[in-house]
Amino acid sequence: MTRSVVVISAGLSQPSSTRLLADQLAAATRSAVGGRGESVDIEFVELRELAVEMAESMVSGGRPTPALSAAQRRVAAADGLIAVTPVFTASYSGLFKTFVDLLDKDALTGKAVLVAATAGTPRHSLVLEHAMRPLFAYLRAIVVPTAVFAATQDFGGESDLDARVHRAAGELAGLVVAERTGVAGFAQGDEEPGPLGPVTDFTELLRGHDGG
Amino acid sequence: MQFGLFSVGDVTMDPTTGRTPSEGERIDAMTQIALKAEEVGLDVFATGEHHNPPFVPSAPTTHLAYIAAKTEHLKLSTATTLITTTDPVRIAEDYAFLQHLSGGRVDLMMGRGNTGPVYPWFGKDIRQGVPLAIENYHLLRRLWREENVSWKGQFRTPLQGFTSTPRPLDGVAPFVWHGSIRSTEIAEQAAYYGDGFFHNNIFWNIEHTAQMVGLYRQRFEHYGHGDASQAIVGLGGQAFMAQTEAEAKRVFRPYFDNAPVYGHGPSMEDFTRQTPLTVGTPEMVIERTLSFADHVGDYQRQLFLMDHAGLPLEMVLEQVEILGREVVPVLRKEFEARRPAGVPSEPPTHTSLVAQGEGSPHRMVVTSPVVIAQQDQKQKEMATQ
Repeated sequence: MTRSVVVISAGLSQPSSTRLLADQLAAATRSAVGGRGESVDIEFVELRELAVEMAESMVSGGRPTPALSAAQRRVAAADGLIAVTPVFTASYSGLFKTFVDLLDKDALTGKAVLVAATAGTPRHSLVLEHAMRPLFAYLRAIVVPTAVFAATQDFGGESDLDARVHRAAGELAGLVVAERTGVAGFAQGDEEPGPLGPVTDFTELLRGHDGG
Repeated sequence: MQFGLFSVGDVTMDPTTGRTPSEGERIDAMTQIALKAEEVGLDVFATGEHHNPPFVPSAPTTHLAYIAAKTEHLKLSTATTLITTTDPVRIAEDYAFLQHLSGGRVDLMMGRGNTGPVYPWFGKDIRQGVPLAIENYHLLRRLWREENVSWKGQFRTPLQGFTSTPRPLDGVAPFVWHGSIRSTEIAEQAAYYGDGFFHNNIFWNIEHTAQMVGLYRQRFEHYGHGDASQAIVGLGGQAFMAQTEAEAKRVFRPYFDNAPVYGHGPSMEDFTRQTPLTVGTPEMVIERTLSFADHVGDYQRQLFLMDHAGLPLEMVLEQVEILGREVVPVLRKEFEARRPAGVPSEPPTHTSLVAQGEGSPHRMVVTSPVVIAQQDQKQKEMATQ
């Protein structure tokens, strides 16, 4: 079975070092999944292209817009997520957070996520542990142990960036190809929900509320 | 099919003049708009309910009673009644009273409200929004249908042998719609009781609307109320019209660009593509509205939002005039022409519900034959144990 991974990249310039790191993580994930005898479809979501739609959606009552809805559906359906942001003012960028803010609160529950960030200097590296990891923990995602940080200097000279990229990709691949546990039909949340998500029978919803 | 207006009742500055109406002027404008709806042959006027500025309609039955006294045919409804934060006893009594005053020209749309703090203002917890909507509505059904109600729920003081008064007109509770945008629980609730489902689609794309209505129809059939196509569906709409599309856009654009909720955001062109808003000629509004039925199936009630974003009263009255005289007559004809046999043209009215007689499902608290059969089965099993 082919697995799917979505890469969200919040770089602003073109080309951006954020996208450069995202490309390396995607390639390493592809080979790590391949190494386990499985294949993976990797799709990129460039948040820059969604910036205007995201702003419009936010100021018009959360109204869905075409490209943003499509990206949200891809993220929700993916087996794994690679999330890469530049560091802006000591945290993830506003563009990155906006995309996360507009996701359904359950969209990432139980989903494997690799977090990564870029910055001009290595002094920002704890942004991954102090901002990115708690953000995805809040959304009940499973964040892989290795987070990947790349400062400008990592893109040249002596650097162990490549080793970290591969270690993180290996961890993500392990979760992405993992067999689902539980017998079909018995494990909670096993049934395939419709486009509107799971629907609870009203008899269940009314229980304890019928005044009896 | 029923056509009408629904109003949020916002007090908004006219961006072209900088003038903001007073609360008194806005209340009077809503009244005049309702009276114009009757004058031009529309069927329904529905008022919002809000308990915070810049909105005026905090006392819907007071306002609807006043409108009822000045009209003969207009149906009076809500969009929406806050079932979460209003005591169901008050809803039962207020709207039964309104039934008597208006000769049965009343129905209601239940909603959970769009202002978070309204919950604490009325001593409720927003995290209980859906359970409140479920429990309070079930109590409301019992209050309208049972003479002596003994009740112990999770949210309200228990009742012992309580009779809400006055009793519903002719012993028949008003028809109820459940309004929802995204909550599948509310579509499920409407389906369970065989009530109407109103999808307030004015900020949403038609594909989402079709999914929500589709879910309601499917569950309506599941609960044994009839075929999915016979479920009672209502939709919203929004329009601004002129003799030419260019003229409509020119006049409406400053109101669009500064509107509460969506102003300073999407362009009018994107918004008209992605939501039901139509800014153009009456023919364009007719074509757009008819297309809704291609997505959600043939339906029974269409409400338009016409009086928002600071549009001055004279302009709104003119719009209602065009809607009633040019748009709705064509829509009535076209919708009936395309409606398959067996699909009701109209939602239930007081007259049709009275005509169903004493033993009609509408007079029962739980109406689903499927649920009733399950309950009977359970009782039999208990008896044999």
